[in-house]
Amino acid sequence: MRFGPLSINRTSAVLTALALLFLALALGAAIGETAIPLDVVGKTVANRLWGAGYPLDAIDEGIVWNYRLSRAVVAACCGAALSLCGVVLQALLRNSLADPYILGISAGASTGAVAVAILGIGAGMLTLSLGAFFGAVFAFALVSLLALRAGRGTGAIILAGVAGSQLFNALTSFIVTKSANAEQARGIMFWLLGNLSGVRWPDVALALPVAIGGLLVCLWHARALDAFTFGAESAASLGIPVKRVYIILISATALMTAVMVSIVGSIGFVGLVIPHAARFLVGVRHGLLLPAAALTGAIFMIAADILSRVIIPGQVLPIGVITALVGAPAFALILSRGRAAS
Amino acid sequence: MSLKAETVSWSAGGRVIVDAVDLEVMPGEFLGIIGPNGSGKTSLISLLAGIRLPKSGSVSLEGRPFAKTTRRDIAQRIALVEQQAETTERITARQAVELGRTPHLGALSPWSISDTDIVDRALAHVGMSDFAGRMWHTLSGGERQRLHIARALAQQPQILLLDEPTNHLDIHHQIGLLELVRGQPLTVVAALHDLNHAAVFCDRIAVMDRGRIVALGTPTEILTEDRIFTVFGVAATVEHDEDGSCFVRYRRPRPKLHLISDTMKRHDYAR
Repeated sequence: MRFGPLSINRTSAVLTALALLFLALALGAAIGETAIPLDVVGKTVANRLWGAGYPLDAIDEGIVWNYRLSRAVVAACCGAALSLCGVVLQALLRNSLADPYILGISAGASTGAVAVAILGIGAGMLTLSLGAFFGAVFAFALVSLLALRAGRGTGAIILAGVAGSQLFNALTSFIVTKSANAEQARGIMFWLLGNLSGVRWPDVALALPVAIGGLLVCLWHARALDAFTFGAESAASLGIPVKRVYIILISATALMTAVMVSIVGSIGFVGLVIPHAARFLVGVRHGLLLPAAALTGAIFMIAADILSRVIIPGQVLPIGVITALVGAPAFALILSRGRAAS
Repeated sequence: MSLKAETVSWSAGGRVIVDAVDLEVMPGEFLGIIGPNGSGKTSLISLLAGIRLPKSGSVSLEGRPFAKTTRRDIAQRIALVEQQAETTERITARQAVELGRTPHLGALSPWSISDTDIVDRALAHVGMSDFAGRMWHTLSGGERQRLHIARALAQQPQILLLDEPTNHLDIHHQIGLLELVRGQPLTVVAALHDLNHAAVFCDRIAVMDRGRIVALGTPTEILTEDRIFTVFGVAATVEHDEDGSCFVRYRRPRPKLHLISDTMKRHDYAR
């Protein structure tokens, strides 16, 4: 298959992509309030993975391994997954404003989270993450049901998503204003804007397989996504089983988004804008666009996490603030340059 | 390769759009479907393409009903050119044509040199080789429609279905496009608006009215003054050439006298 504007050998492309990703991860572990040299990061990884036995400062090693590296890996997974979801939903719904939260998932997650955190549903058996996950899946199920009942077409899906999002956002606000104290309200606010602070290795064990599995499912359907260029009927006439592809891909994106939101909160902007940025870089063919978007999203999210930790000394900003604050001007630059080039 | 519809019906929103249609498409023929707006031409084409499944009856290809065939199998044999399929994606002309290879490729069977070859030939066939690198949004309606035909040819089908392919094209491109399609070694089924195009290019014409096929035959059998008046409500003269071809000349509707006198009365009153 022809590779859009960038024409490069496939193997070297994959190797370059992996090198960039690992470099970003290493920087994510090195940069912070206490700067740690890159070679210490490398040695820590060698010690932990292969028992290399390099003598290291225990505190440095602990910071790198227990806090920063797990955090960077989850940030990468989250950025990759949200970007993939954005690419897939924009293609399937043929709407350039589609993002991973268009199906009501982040709204449902927030309702689930406040239900657990403030109303105490689950009587301490449910964590905030689990509550968010169930809320997200419940909202998605409701939105899908509504979309199916409303009839065919991508318009119905988007409208059902809007209705679902409004409903669950209202429920969240209702619970917060009625029952939360100031401290809880602030905590929820922080969570909603995205927060990687509590992330540890068990979260990696969840996020990594979901992100990789999601990437594989999407890549498997890359040609089908291409076939939607001229709409669903045209895709059908090209031999794509449209209904099955819709069900598989929309469920996959919903599941990916629900998992990521339940781990880190609903981080905005990435899933909407990284797909467009990736299209500017590599063109519209999904065989290349999907991995490119995943990589760009992963690196962008690691960078955003680094910034969120260092931009104000002694304070961690919600990562959602950074993704939009830095991402929006960056995207504006890409937009205007892309226009000048064409 | 025979395509056959047997008592096929399809309805939407409680309204019957295609009503018990029987139609057998002969291998190698150019079959035109004519009929007024809303008579069900587009829906019938979609049913023949297998992108809609009938509510009752069945469509079959070489005796195998569509219901028992995968979408991919159908797409390897039947290509469809819709009315004005559009995109806002920034794709090149060539990429649009490459989509035609979709039914022949899988997630594990990658693009090969022979696919590139087929796309090159399809582009050359419609005279768009020089436009291959142009972005879709910079092309004219006629160029886009030719690329849709090229995309369909790259699908290497035996049957080509066209839904009003010449809409929005100037007369030069209308004739050029139909001539191009006529010249392919393919079975063609085309919904057409222009009765004279149907007369010139079709081997047989099917007339649709309110979801049914009300007549089927050669152009001279089908295009009669009576039928044009009953189906389209238009007065016309059909002229026949010595070579057996015919063409339709439309006449202005005869003015209805009582309406004219009404109008005149109103004018008198106003004065």
